[in-house]
Amino acid sequence: MNQSTIQLCGDELFEALQASKSVAPFTERYPEITIDDAYHISLRFLERRVTAGARVIGKKIGITSKAVQQALKVDQPDFGFLTDDMAFSQGEEMPISGKLIAPKAEGEVAFVLEKDLLGPGITNADVLAATAFVLPCFEVVDSRIENWQIKIQDTIADNASCGLFILGDKAVSPADVDLSTCGMVVEKNGQLLSTGAGAAALGSPVNCVTWLANKLGEYGIPLKAGEVILSGSLVPLEPVAPGDFMTVSIGGIGSASVRFT
Amino acid sequence: MNNLTKQEIAGLAEHLESAELQAFEVTKITDEYPDMTYRDAFDIQWEIRRRKEARGHKIVGMKMGLTSWAKMAQMGVEQPCYGFLADYFAVADGADIEHDKLIHPKIEAELAFVTKEPLKGPGIHIADVLRATDFIMPAVEIIDSRYKDFKFDLKSVIADNSSSTRFISGGTMAKPSDLDLKNLGVVMEINGEVVQTGAGAAVLGHPASSVAMLANMLAERDEEIPAGTFIMIGAITAAVQVNKGDNFCVRYQGLGTVSGKFV
Repeated sequence: MNQSTIQLCGDELFEALQASKSVAPFTERYPEITIDDAYHISLRFLERRVTAGARVIGKKIGITSKAVQQALKVDQPDFGFLTDDMAFSQGEEMPISGKLIAPKAEGEVAFVLEKDLLGPGITNADVLAATAFVLPCFEVVDSRIENWQIKIQDTIADNASCGLFILGDKAVSPADVDLSTCGMVVEKNGQLLSTGAGAAALGSPVNCVTWLANKLGEYGIPLKAGEVILSGSLVPLEPVAPGDFMTVSIGGIGSASVRFT
Repeated sequence: MNNLTKQEIAGLAEHLESAELQAFEVTKITDEYPDMTYRDAFDIQWEIRRRKEARGHKIVGMKMGLTSWAKMAQMGVEQPCYGFLADYFAVADGADIEHDKLIHPKIEAELAFVTKEPLKGPGIHIADVLRATDFIMPAVEIIDSRYKDFKFDLKSVIADNSSSTRFISGGTMAKPSDLDLKNLGVVMEINGEVVQTGAGAAVLGHPASSVAMLANMLAERDEEIPAGTFIMIGAITAAVQVNKGDNFCVRYQGLGTVSGKFV
């Protein structure tokens, strides 16, 4: 893809985000699009958001489950950028109407860093040493691509299908929890929806953050002290609608809730 | 209420136990006896238990089955089922399991409760169970329905001792007060690859509710859970088929691991 097409696609996504409207898959319109092109579209999409006033506060990792990787025919995760306008707090209602297109909620472990991490060569030990604490989190993914008809390039370009996120208030040192075996329970409208454990994301949420630090290193981008890193879903995605109430609890960490309006 | 005669119950118990002992498949018994009742089904299971005890085997524990809301909905039932564990079902942690002695085994990640006080229903609830629990430890159940392709209905599976065949316990024991049972995570690996993850809530919303339900179901026969009983609560993960040569390791949050190998 040439530079002007990349810019065009990034602009198209920015306008789709602003208008809560979806666009046709890029992979249909530009069959030659590569994964690298897709990340450049994502960077252009981010540039437009930042120019409009958003501030980067972290990253998200997506496609961390084997089932989703197989469905998208890839053998690695992807990532997107978190901006301050995506973050919600406990007790705040998360608006779907007029803001999101086809949202789905997923339970995750969020990392908050206290030191920078710049790949390549980052190990799990580096990630644990750089992590101030972990938190329970709901990420609400959304796709600006029509009907979630995504191939890997489409979702990467579309900021890894990131929508909004909400963190729980219980912060735990990574030294105090086994992130690979910690259990997750997700309840929707008072009923058990799904359970999982840390290993559902690439064997451990720590593996996911390590992967991201090394992947971003290829673009010269560090993970920075203070950033929030969403490490990938431990349970299947769940479509949500206004009125839904969900809770996620993680063994040894804590819980987070979200109400959709 | 019984719709089967004592002779029919004894005959079906012998039929199903032979299938277990000789590792052959049978068709589900409700095909031939569509009018059998839940009472008949449990009578067949208790007759199999009696046959084993008469040959000198000891009953070393109980198990619960169909303990996820999803599985119950799938089967169109509102109750799980139970079975018993005979002495020769026990396999040591890390030991070999002979695949040829079984039909089409699957493994499930579970927890086991060991009681220190009797639990007699009806009316047993989670708090009663936690108070009566001595300790909790990890367990893996190997299930092996004697029915062709694991296809059965609830009555057939109850009669077939709820598909029980082998179990392994190990890892670390813990007091219930030291565990967050609802959020306790498990990770099942087969041949080094993560195949299932889950958390305690997958079992009836809370692992202790499975033991409460066992006490209440046993009360229907005027039976209780005696002190010192080992009880497996039902699957936290989906059951996964295993083949000869497969090794597995289940990791439990804060409770260590349970492993084994099919040879």
